[in-house]
Amino acid sequence: MTHSISLTVNGARRDLQLDDPRVTLLDLLRERLQLTGTKKGCDRGQCGACTILVDGRRINACLALAISHDGADILTIEGIARGDQLHPVQAAFIAHDGFQCGFCTPGQIMSAIGMMREAQAGDDPERIRECISGNLCRCGAYAGIVDAVLEVQTSEANQRRSA
Amino acid sequence: MKPFDYVRPASIAEAVAAAAQPGAAYLAAGTNLLDLMKGGVSRPDRLVDVTHLKGLDRIEHLADGSLRIGALVRNADLAHDTAFAKAYPAVAEALLSGASAQLRNAATLGGNLLQRTRCAYFYDPASRCNRREAGSGCDANGGENRLHAVLGWSEGCIATHPSDFCIPLVALDAIVEIEGKGGRRELPLDELHRLPGPTPERETALEPGDLIVAVRLPASARDFAGHARYLKVRERTSYAFAVVSAAAALKIENGTIGHARLALGGVAAKPWRARAAEAALKGASPETSAFREAAQAALADAKPSGDNAFKIELARRIVVRALTLAATGTPARIPALPASPFASGALHA
Repeated sequence: MTHSISLTVNGARRDLQLDDPRVTLLDLLRERLQLTGTKKGCDRGQCGACTILVDGRRINACLALAISHDGADILTIEGIARGDQLHPVQAAFIAHDGFQCGFCTPGQIMSAIGMMREAQAGDDPERIRECISGNLCRCGAYAGIVDAVLEVQTSEANQRRSA
Repeated sequence: MKPFDYVRPASIAEAVAAAAQPGAAYLAAGTNLLDLMKGGVSRPDRLVDVTHLKGLDRIEHLADGSLRIGALVRNADLAHDTAFAKAYPAVAEALLSGASAQLRNAATLGGNLLQRTRCAYFYDPASRCNRREAGSGCDANGGENRLHAVLGWSEGCIATHPSDFCIPLVALDAIVEIEGKGGRRELPLDELHRLPGPTPERETALEPGDLIVAVRLPASARDFAGHARYLKVRERTSYAFAVVSAAAALKIENGTIGHARLALGGVAAKPWRARAAEAALKGASPETSAFREAAQAALADAKPSGDNAFKIELARRIVVRALTLAATGTPARIPALPASPFASGALHA
Protein backbone atom coordinates (compact mmCIF):
# COMPACT_ATOMS: atom_id res chain seq x y z
CA MET A 1 0.00 0.00 0.00
CA THR A 2 1.33 3.43 -0.93
CA HIS A 3 1.05 6.29 1.53
CA SER A 4 1.16 9.96 0.57
CA ILE A 5 2.83 12.46 2.86
CA SER A 6 3.66 16.11 2.59
CA LEU A 7 6.63 17.72 4.33
CA THR A 8 8.15 21.18 4.37
CA VAL A 9 11.89 20.64 4.08
CA ASN A 10 14.16 23.68 4.45
CA GLY A 11 11.26 25.90 3.47
CA ALA A 12 10.14 23.98 0.37
CA ARG A 13 7.05 21.80 0.25
CA ARG A 14 7.71 18.20 -0.75
CA ASP A 15 4.90 15.79 -1.65
CA LEU A 16 6.09 12.23 -1.39
CA GLN A 17 4.80 8.71 -1.94
CA LEU A 18 5.97 6.04 0.48
CA ASP A 19 5.78 2.46 -0.74
CA ASP A 20 7.00 1.17 2.61
CA PRO A 21 6.11 2.58 6.04
CA ARG A 22 9.51 1.52 7.41
CA VAL A 23 11.26 4.60 5.98
CA THR A 24 12.67 6.88 8.68
CA LEU A 25 13.00 10.63 8.29
CA LEU A 26 16.75 10.08 8.12
CA ASP A 27 16.54 7.66 5.20
CA LEU A 28 13.96 9.81 3.45
CA LEU A 29 16.21 12.88 3.65
CA ARG A 30 19.31 11.04 2.50
CA GLU A 31 17.98 8.55 -0.04
CA ARG A 32 14.92 10.26 -1.50
CA LEU A 33 15.73 13.96 -1.20
CA GLN A 34 19.51 13.65 -1.58
CA LEU A 35 20.05 15.80 1.51
CA THR A 36 23.08 13.87 2.70
CA GLY A 37 24.27 16.45 5.22
CA THR A 38 22.23 14.66 7.87
CA LYS A 39 24.36 11.65 8.77
CA LYS A 40 23.54 8.09 9.70
CA GLY A 41 25.81 7.18 12.59
CA CYS A 42 24.53 4.53 14.98
CA ASP A 43 20.98 4.55 13.50
CA ARG A 44 19.70 3.77 17.02
CA GLY A 45 19.31 7.17 18.68
CA GLN A 46 22.57 7.05 20.56
CA CYS A 47 25.03 9.26 18.67
CA GLY A 48 23.06 12.31 17.52
CA ALA A 49 24.68 12.47 14.04
CA CYS A 50 21.17 12.49 12.50
CA THR A 51 19.88 15.45 14.54
CA ILE A 52 17.42 17.66 12.63
CA LEU A 53 14.81 20.18 13.72
CA VAL A 54 11.21 19.04 13.34
CA ASP A 55 8.68 21.81 13.95
CA GLY A 56 11.53 23.76 15.52
CA ARG A 57 12.71 21.04 17.91
CA ARG A 58 15.77 18.85 17.64
CA ILE A 59 15.13 15.12 17.39
CA ASN A 60 16.95 12.00 16.21
CA ALA A 61 15.83 11.49 12.59
CA CYS A 62 16.82 7.81 12.76
CA LEU A 63 14.10 7.04 15.33
CA ALA A 64 11.31 8.92 13.55
CA LEU A 65 9.13 7.24 10.96
CA ALA A 66 8.58 9.56 7.99
CA ILE A 67 4.99 8.37 7.62
CA SER A 68 4.19 9.47 11.14
CA HIS A 69 5.48 13.00 10.42
CA ASP A 70 3.04 13.93 7.67
CA GLY A 71 2.75 17.73 7.63
CA ALA A 72 5.94 18.37 9.59
CA ASP A 73 8.28 21.33 9.06
CA ILE A 74 11.85 20.05 8.81
CA LEU A 75 15.12 21.94 8.98
CA THR A 76 18.40 20.22 8.10
CA ILE A 77 22.01 21.34 7.96
CA GLU A 78 21.48 22.28 4.28
CA GLY A 79 18.81 24.80 5.26
CA ILE A 80 20.54 26.98 7.81
CA ALA A 81 22.97 29.15 5.77
CA ARG A 82 21.66 32.09 3.74
CA GLY A 83 23.39 31.65 0.41
CA ASP A 84 27.08 32.10 1.10
CA GLN A 85 26.42 33.58 4.52
CA LEU A 86 26.96 30.95 7.19
CA HIS A 87 24.59 30.50 10.09
CA PRO A 88 26.11 32.14 13.21
CA VAL A 89 26.57 28.71 14.79
CA GLN A 90 28.47 27.47 11.74
CA ALA A 91 30.71 30.54 11.87
CA ALA A 92 31.28 30.13 15.60
CA PHE A 93 32.18 26.45 15.15
CA ILE A 94 34.89 27.55 12.70
CA ALA A 95 36.11 30.36 14.94
CA HIS A 96 36.37 28.09 18.00
CA ASP A 97 37.63 24.95 16.29
CA GLY A 98 34.41 23.15 17.22
CA PHE A 99 34.49 20.87 14.21
CA GLN A 100 34.61 17.18 14.69
CA CYS A 101 34.83 15.21 11.49
CA GLY A 102 32.23 15.76 8.78
CA PHE A 103 30.21 12.90 10.13
CA CYS A 104 29.36 14.30 13.54
CA THR A 105 29.50 18.01 12.85
CA PRO A 106 26.15 18.53 11.07
CA GLY A 107 24.33 16.88 13.97
CA GLN A 108 26.34 18.89 16.50
CA ILE A 109 25.46 22.14 14.73
CA MET A 110 21.76 21.27 14.46
CA SER A 111 21.76 20.21 18.09
CA ALA A 112 23.41 23.51 19.11
CA ILE A 113 20.80 25.50 17.15
CA GLY A 114 18.01 23.47 18.75
CA MET A 115 19.51 23.95 22.20
CA MET A 116 19.58 27.73 21.77
CA ARG A 117 15.96 27.78 20.64
CA GLU A 118 15.04 25.76 23.73
CA ALA A 119 16.83 28.40 25.82
CA GLN A 120 17.26 26.10 28.78
CA ALA A 121 21.01 26.11 29.19
CA GLY A 122 21.67 29.82 29.73
CA ASP A 123 25.35 30.70 29.84
CA ASP A 124 26.32 27.92 32.21
CA PRO A 125 28.95 25.73 30.50
CA GLU A 126 27.89 22.73 32.60
CA ARG A 127 24.31 23.05 31.40
CA ILE A 128 25.43 23.53 27.82
CA ARG A 129 27.43 20.29 28.08
CA GLU A 130 24.40 18.45 29.42
CA CYS A 131 22.11 19.95 26.79
CA ILE A 132 24.38 18.81 23.96
CA SER A 133 25.23 15.42 25.44
CA GLY A 134 22.90 13.67 22.99
CA ASN A 135 25.67 14.03 20.43
CA LEU A 136 28.41 11.53 21.11
CA CYS A 137 31.73 11.36 19.33
CA ARG A 138 35.18 10.33 20.39
CA CYS A 139 36.82 13.28 18.65
CA GLY A 140 38.25 16.14 20.67
CA ALA A 141 36.18 19.20 19.77
CA TYR A 142 33.76 19.29 22.68
CA ALA A 143 35.45 22.25 24.38
CA GLY A 144 35.32 24.26 21.14
CA ILE A 145 31.64 23.49 20.74
CA VAL A 146 30.82 24.86 24.18
CA ASP A 147 32.84 28.02 23.41
CA ALA A 148 31.02 28.40 20.07
CA VAL A 149 27.60 28.11 21.71
CA LEU A 150 28.54 30.62 24.40
CA GLU A 151 29.76 33.11 21.80
CA VAL A 152 26.61 32.94 19.69
CA GLN A 153 24.37 33.21 22.73
CA THR A 154 26.28 36.23 24.04
CA SER A 155 26.23 37.88 20.63
CA GLU A 156 22.49 37.33 20.21
CA ALA A 157 21.80 38.59 23.72
CA ASN A 158 23.80 41.77 22.97
CA GLN A 159 21.88 42.29 19.73
CA ARG A 160 18.59 41.96 21.59
CA ARG A 161 19.74 44.52 24.15
CA SER A 162 20.82 47.04 21.51
CA ALA A 163 17.74 46.50 19.33
CA MET B 1 13.12 -4.38 10.38
CA LYS B 2 10.26 -6.72 9.59
CA PRO B 3 7.57 -5.28 7.27
CA PHE B 4 4.44 -4.04 8.98
CA ASP B 5 1.11 -2.42 8.18
CA TYR B 6 0.62 1.15 9.23
CA VAL B 7 -2.71 2.52 10.40
CA ARG B 8 -3.57 5.97 11.65
CA PRO B 9 -6.83 5.84 13.63
CA ALA B 10 -9.09 8.88 13.74
CA SER B 11 -10.35 8.28 17.26
CA ILE B 12 -9.40 6.54 20.50
CA ALA B 13 -12.11 3.90 19.90
CA GLU B 14 -10.70 3.18 16.44
CA ALA B 15 -7.21 2.94 17.92
CA VAL B 16 -8.28 0.47 20.59
CA ALA B 17 -10.05 -1.72 18.01
CA ALA B 18 -7.02 -1.67 15.68
CA ALA B 19 -4.51 -2.40 18.43
CA ALA B 20 -6.55 -5.23 19.98
CA GLN B 21 -5.73 -7.43 16.96
CA PRO B 22 -2.92 -9.97 17.44
CA GLY B 23 0.49 -8.65 16.36
CA ALA B 24 -0.47 -4.99 16.68
CA ALA B 25 1.51 -2.39 18.61
CA TYR B 26 0.91 1.26 19.39
CA LEU B 27 3.34 3.77 17.92
CA ALA B 28 3.87 7.09 19.67
CA ALA B 29 7.25 8.80 19.16
CA GLY B 30 8.84 5.41 18.61
CA THR B 31 12.10 6.32 20.35
CA ASN B 32 12.17 2.93 22.06
CA LEU B 33 9.93 0.87 19.76
CA LEU B 34 11.77 1.67 16.51
CA ASP B 35 15.07 0.89 18.19
CA LEU B 36 13.69 -2.50 19.25
CA MET B 37 12.26 -3.14 15.78
CA LYS B 38 15.58 -2.31 14.10
CA GLY B 39 17.26 -4.86 16.36
CA GLY B 40 14.65 -7.53 15.66
CA VAL B 41 13.59 -7.57 19.31
CA SER B 42 10.05 -6.32 18.63
CA ARG B 43 8.40 -7.64 15.47
CA PRO B 44 4.89 -6.14 15.21
CA ASP B 45 2.73 -6.89 12.16
CA ARG B 46 0.85 -3.63 12.48
CA LEU B 47 1.67 -0.23 13.93
CA VAL B 48 -1.23 1.84 15.22
CA ASP B 49 0.03 5.43 15.14
CA VAL B 50 -1.64 7.37 17.94
CA THR B 51 0.43 10.55 17.61
CA HIS B 52 -2.26 12.30 15.54
CA LEU B 53 -5.10 11.64 18.01
CA LYS B 54 -6.61 14.90 19.26
CA GLY B 55 -6.72 16.03 22.86
CA LEU B 56 -4.08 13.74 24.36
CA ASP B 57 -1.33 16.37 24.45
CA ARG B 58 -2.70 18.62 27.17
CA ILE B 59 -1.54 19.40 30.71
CA GLU B 60 -4.68 20.16 32.71
CA HIS B 61 -4.87 21.58 36.22
CA LEU B 62 -8.20 20.25 37.45
CA ALA B 63 -10.58 21.98 39.87
CA ASP B 64 -9.93 19.45 42.66
CA GLY B 65 -6.24 20.38 42.71
CA SER B 66 -5.09 17.34 40.79
CA LEU B 67 -3.11 17.43 37.57
CA ARG B 68 -3.95 15.50 34.41
CA ILE B 69 -1.19 14.92 31.88
CA GLY B 70 -2.21 13.60 28.46
CA ALA B 71 -0.38 10.54 27.18
CA LEU B 72 1.03 12.41 24.18
CA VAL B 73 2.64 15.21 26.20
CA ARG B 74 6.34 15.21 25.34
CA ASN B 75 8.88 14.71 28.12
CA ALA B 76 10.60 18.05 27.38
CA ASP B 77 7.35 20.02 27.30
CA LEU B 78 6.27 18.67 30.66
CA ALA B 79 9.66 19.21 32.30
CA HIS B 80 9.83 22.79 31.01
CA ASP B 81 6.28 23.70 32.01
CA THR B 82 6.96 26.25 34.76
CA ALA B 83 3.81 25.57 36.79
CA PHE B 84 4.41 21.84 36.58
CA ALA B 85 8.05 22.07 37.68
CA LYS B 86 7.12 24.28 40.62
CA ALA B 87 4.38 21.94 41.87
CA TYR B 88 6.12 18.63 41.14
CA PRO B 89 9.84 19.43 41.13
CA ALA B 90 11.06 15.85 41.61
CA VAL B 91 9.14 14.75 38.54
CA ALA B 92 10.65 17.54 36.44
CA GLU B 93 14.09 16.67 37.78
CA ALA B 94 13.61 13.02 36.84
CA LEU B 95 12.41 13.94 33.35
CA LEU B 96 15.41 16.17 32.73
CA SER B 97 17.84 13.53 33.97
CA GLY B 98 16.57 11.01 31.40
CA ALA B 99 18.00 10.35 27.93
CA SER B 100 19.16 13.27 25.74
CA ALA B 101 17.50 16.52 24.69
CA GLN B 102 16.71 15.03 21.28
CA LEU B 103 14.94 12.06 22.85
CA ARG B 104 13.16 14.17 25.48
CA ASN B 105 11.81 16.38 22.68
CA ALA B 106 10.25 13.35 20.99
CA ALA B 107 9.37 10.88 23.74
CA THR B 108 5.85 10.90 25.13
CA LEU B 109 4.48 10.27 28.60
CA GLY B 110 2.61 7.14 27.52
CA GLY B 111 5.62 5.76 25.70
CA ASN B 112 7.82 6.42 28.70
CA LEU B 113 5.54 4.36 30.93
CA LEU B 114 5.69 1.47 28.46
CA GLN B 115 9.35 1.52 27.53
CA ARG B 116 11.03 -1.85 27.73
CA THR B 117 13.92 -2.97 29.86
CA ARG B 118 17.45 -2.21 28.67
CA CYS B 119 18.72 -5.63 29.78
CA ALA B 120 21.36 -6.46 27.14
CA TYR B 121 20.10 -10.03 26.85
CA PHE B 122 16.57 -8.82 26.12
CA TYR B 123 18.07 -6.59 23.42
CA ASP B 124 20.04 -9.40 21.81
CA PRO B 125 17.81 -11.83 19.88
CA ALA B 126 20.63 -14.39 19.92
CA SER B 127 20.35 -14.64 23.70
CA ARG B 128 17.73 -16.49 25.69
CA CYS B 129 15.21 -14.17 27.34
CA ASN B 130 11.96 -15.14 29.03
CA ARG B 131 10.72 -11.60 28.68
CA ARG B 132 11.18 -11.57 24.90
CA GLU B 133 10.22 -15.20 24.32
CA ALA B 134 8.23 -16.91 27.07
CA GLY B 135 9.87 -20.04 28.45
CA SER B 136 13.13 -19.67 26.51
CA GLY B 137 15.36 -19.13 29.56
CA CYS B 138 17.40 -16.23 30.92
CA ASP B 139 20.98 -15.61 29.87
CA ALA B 140 21.25 -12.64 32.23
CA ASN B 141 21.07 -15.11 35.11
CA GLY B 142 24.72 -16.13 35.34
CA GLY B 143 25.75 -13.63 32.66
CA GLU B 144 26.97 -10.04 32.73
CA ASN B 145 24.58 -8.82 35.36
CA ARG B 146 26.17 -6.17 37.56
CA LEU B 147 23.37 -3.73 36.62
CA HIS B 148 20.45 -6.10 37.16
CA ALA B 149 17.73 -6.23 39.81
CA VAL B 150 18.21 -6.56 43.56
CA LEU B 151 14.52 -6.44 44.52
CA GLY B 152 11.52 -8.42 43.34
CA TRP B 153 13.37 -10.49 40.75
CA SER B 154 12.69 -14.13 39.92
CA GLU B 155 14.86 -16.98 38.67
CA GLY B 156 13.29 -16.40 35.26
CA CYS B 157 14.05 -12.69 34.95
CA ILE B 158 16.41 -10.26 36.67
CA ALA B 159 15.85 -7.24 34.41
CA THR B 160 15.16 -3.71 35.65
CA HIS B 161 12.69 -1.08 34.51
CA PRO B 162 14.61 1.79 32.91
CA SER B 163 12.39 4.83 33.49
CA ASP B 164 13.41 7.86 35.54
CA PHE B 165 10.07 9.62 35.08
CA CYS B 166 8.05 6.78 36.65
CA ILE B 167 10.00 6.81 39.93
CA PRO B 168 8.68 10.11 41.38
CA LEU B 169 5.30 9.44 39.74
CA VAL B 170 4.95 6.21 41.69
CA ALA B 171 6.14 7.95 44.85
CA LEU B 172 3.45 10.60 44.40
CA ASP B 173 0.60 8.09 43.91
CA ALA B 174 0.05 8.75 40.20
CA ILE B 175 -3.03 7.20 38.58
CA VAL B 176 -3.06 5.89 35.01
CA GLU B 177 -6.15 6.39 32.84
CA ILE B 178 -6.63 3.55 30.37
CA GLU B 179 -9.02 3.23 27.44
CA GLY B 180 -9.73 -0.37 26.49
CA LYS B 181 -12.27 -2.63 24.85
CA GLY B 182 -14.40 -2.41 27.98
CA GLY B 183 -14.23 1.40 28.14
CA ARG B 184 -12.31 3.71 30.46
CA ARG B 185 -10.68 2.50 33.67
CA GLU B 186 -8.05 3.67 36.14
CA LEU B 187 -5.12 2.01 37.80
CA PRO B 188 -2.53 3.20 40.31
CA LEU B 189 0.75 3.52 38.38
CA ASP B 190 2.25 1.25 41.06
CA GLU B 191 0.04 -1.55 39.69
CA LEU B 192 0.76 -0.95 35.99
CA HIS B 193 4.14 -2.71 35.91
CA ARG B 194 4.35 -6.30 37.13
CA LEU B 195 7.15 -8.13 38.86
CA PRO B 196 8.44 -11.02 36.71
CA GLY B 197 7.50 -14.00 38.89
CA PRO B 198 7.00 -17.10 36.72
CA THR B 199 5.65 -15.04 33.77
CA PRO B 200 8.20 -12.30 32.93
CA GLU B 201 6.69 -11.93 29.44
CA ARG B 202 3.67 -10.26 31.05
CA GLU B 203 5.24 -6.91 31.81
CA THR B 204 2.18 -4.81 32.61
CA ALA B 205 -1.44 -5.08 33.70
CA LEU B 206 -2.57 -3.92 30.23
CA GLU B 207 -4.78 -6.09 28.00
CA PRO B 208 -4.58 -6.17 24.18
CA GLY B 209 -5.82 -2.86 22.79
CA ASP B 210 -5.47 -0.97 26.08
CA LEU B 211 -4.31 2.59 25.45
CA ILE B 212 -2.89 4.78 28.20
CA VAL B 213 -4.58 8.14 27.65
CA ALA B 214 -3.42 10.14 30.68
CA VAL B 215 -1.70 10.14 34.04
CA ARG B 216 -3.11 12.02 37.01
CA LEU B 217 -1.31 13.32 40.05
CA PRO B 218 -3.62 13.74 43.04
CA ALA B 219 -3.90 17.08 44.84
CA SER B 220 -1.88 15.65 47.75
CA ALA B 221 1.18 15.37 45.49
CA ARG B 222 1.62 19.15 45.65
CA ASP B 223 2.12 19.01 49.43
CA PHE B 224 5.65 17.74 48.86
CA ALA B 225 6.81 20.50 46.50
CA GLY B 226 9.06 22.20 49.03
CA HIS B 227 10.99 19.06 49.96
CA ALA B 228 11.28 16.84 46.90
CA ARG B 229 14.27 15.53 44.98
CA TYR B 230 15.18 12.94 42.39
CA LEU B 231 18.71 11.66 42.69
CA LYS B 232 20.18 9.51 39.92
CA VAL B 233 23.58 7.87 39.82
CA ARG B 234 24.88 6.57 36.52
CA GLU B 235 28.11 5.54 34.90
CA ARG B 236 28.74 8.75 32.99
CA THR B 237 27.73 12.31 33.72
CA SER B 238 24.73 12.47 31.41
CA TYR B 239 22.72 10.54 28.84
CA ALA B 240 22.77 7.19 30.64
CA PHE B 241 20.28 5.02 32.46
CA ALA B 242 20.31 4.95 36.25
CA VAL B 243 22.44 2.42 38.06
CA VAL B 244 20.30 3.38 41.05
CA SER B 245 17.98 6.33 41.53
CA ALA B 246 15.66 7.57 44.25
CA ALA B 247 12.75 9.97 44.43
CA ALA B 248 12.30 11.36 47.93
CA ALA B 249 9.53 13.69 49.01
CA LEU B 250 8.81 14.94 52.52
CA LYS B 251 6.10 16.96 54.16
CA ILE B 252 7.75 18.57 57.15
CA GLU B 253 5.49 19.97 59.87
CA ASN B 254 6.78 21.62 63.03
CA GLY B 255 10.21 20.13 62.57
CA THR B 256 9.07 16.54 62.09
CA ILE B 257 8.21 14.47 59.03
CA GLY B 258 4.43 14.43 58.64
CA HIS B 259 4.48 12.32 55.52
CA ALA B 260 7.30 10.75 53.48
CA ARG B 261 7.33 9.34 49.99
CA LEU B 262 10.13 7.23 48.60
CA ALA B 263 10.60 5.22 45.41
CA LEU B 264 13.68 3.64 43.85
CA GLY B 265 14.75 3.16 40.24
CA GLY B 266 17.26 0.77 38.73
CA VAL B 267 16.63 -1.86 41.38
CA ALA B 268 13.63 -3.89 40.13
CA ALA B 269 11.46 -4.73 37.14
CA LYS B 270 9.14 -1.93 38.18
CA PRO B 271 9.42 1.47 39.84
CA TRP B 272 9.94 0.42 43.44
CA ARG B 273 7.82 2.12 46.07
CA ALA B 274 9.48 1.81 49.47
CA ARG B 275 6.47 1.86 51.79
CA ALA B 276 8.25 0.36 54.81
CA ALA B 277 10.76 3.21 54.64
CA GLU B 278 7.94 5.75 54.40
CA ALA B 279 6.34 4.28 57.53
CA ALA B 280 9.67 4.44 59.37
CA LEU B 281 10.03 8.14 58.49
CA LYS B 282 6.56 9.23 59.54
CA GLY B 283 6.78 11.29 62.72
CA ALA B 284 10.59 11.20 62.79
CA SER B 285 12.93 14.16 62.88
CA PRO B 286 14.42 14.87 59.44
CA GLU B 287 17.90 13.74 60.47
CA THR B 288 20.53 11.34 59.21
CA SER B 289 19.73 8.67 61.81
CA ALA B 290 16.11 8.49 60.60
CA PHE B 291 17.24 8.46 56.96
CA ARG B 292 19.63 5.58 57.65
CA GLU B 293 16.86 3.63 59.32
CA ALA B 294 14.61 4.30 56.32
CA ALA B 295 17.35 3.12 53.95
CA GLN B 296 17.69 -0.13 55.89
CA ALA B 297 13.93 -0.64 55.67
CA ALA B 298 13.85 0.15 51.94
CA LEU B 299 16.48 -2.46 51.12
CA ALA B 300 15.58 -5.03 53.79
CA ASP B 301 14.37 -7.55 51.22
CA ALA B 302 17.13 -6.91 48.69
CA LYS B 303 19.41 -9.67 47.48
CA PRO B 304 21.92 -9.74 44.64
CA SER B 305 20.85 -11.37 41.37
CA GLY B 306 24.48 -11.86 40.33
CA ASP B 307 27.44 -9.49 40.40
CA ASN B 308 25.39 -6.63 41.76
CA ALA B 309 25.60 -6.79 45.55
CA PHE B 310 27.17 -3.32 45.37
CA LYS B 311 23.82 -1.93 44.24
CA ILE B 312 22.24 -2.75 47.59
CA GLU B 313 24.71 -0.65 49.55
CA LEU B 314 24.68 1.98 46.80
CA ALA B 315 20.88 2.15 46.99
CA ARG B 316 20.99 2.60 50.77
CA ARG B 317 23.37 5.51 50.39
CA ILE B 318 21.30 7.05 47.59
CA VAL B 319 18.23 6.84 49.81
CA VAL B 320 20.03 8.61 52.65
CA ARG B 321 21.35 11.29 50.32
CA ALA B 322 18.05 11.80 48.49
CA LEU B 323 16.22 12.18 51.81
CA THR B 324 18.90 14.56 53.08
CA LEU B 325 18.56 16.68 49.94
CA ALA B 326 14.78 16.62 50.18
CA ALA B 327 14.92 17.68 53.82
CA THR B 328 17.24 20.57 52.92
CA GLY B 329 14.62 21.81 50.48
CA THR B 330 13.88 21.79 46.77
CA PRO B 331 16.30 24.06 44.86
CA ALA B 332 14.81 27.10 43.16
CA ARG B 333 16.06 25.88 39.83
CA ILE B 334 15.65 22.23 38.85
CA PRO B 335 19.22 21.14 38.33
CA ALA B 336 18.97 18.21 35.93
CA LEU B 337 22.70 17.96 36.14
CA PRO B 338 24.48 14.97 37.55
CA ALA B 339 26.68 17.03 39.79
CA SER B 340 23.78 19.10 40.96
CA PRO B 341 22.90 17.17 44.12
CA PHE B 342 26.23 18.26 45.52
CA ALA B 343 25.83 21.89 44.53
CA SER B 344 24.25 24.46 46.76
CA GLY B 345 21.67 26.97 45.63
CA ALA B 346 18.67 29.02 46.61
CA LEU B 347 15.73 27.02 47.85
CA HIS B 348 12.32 26.53 46.31
CA ALA B 349 9.88 29.26 47.27
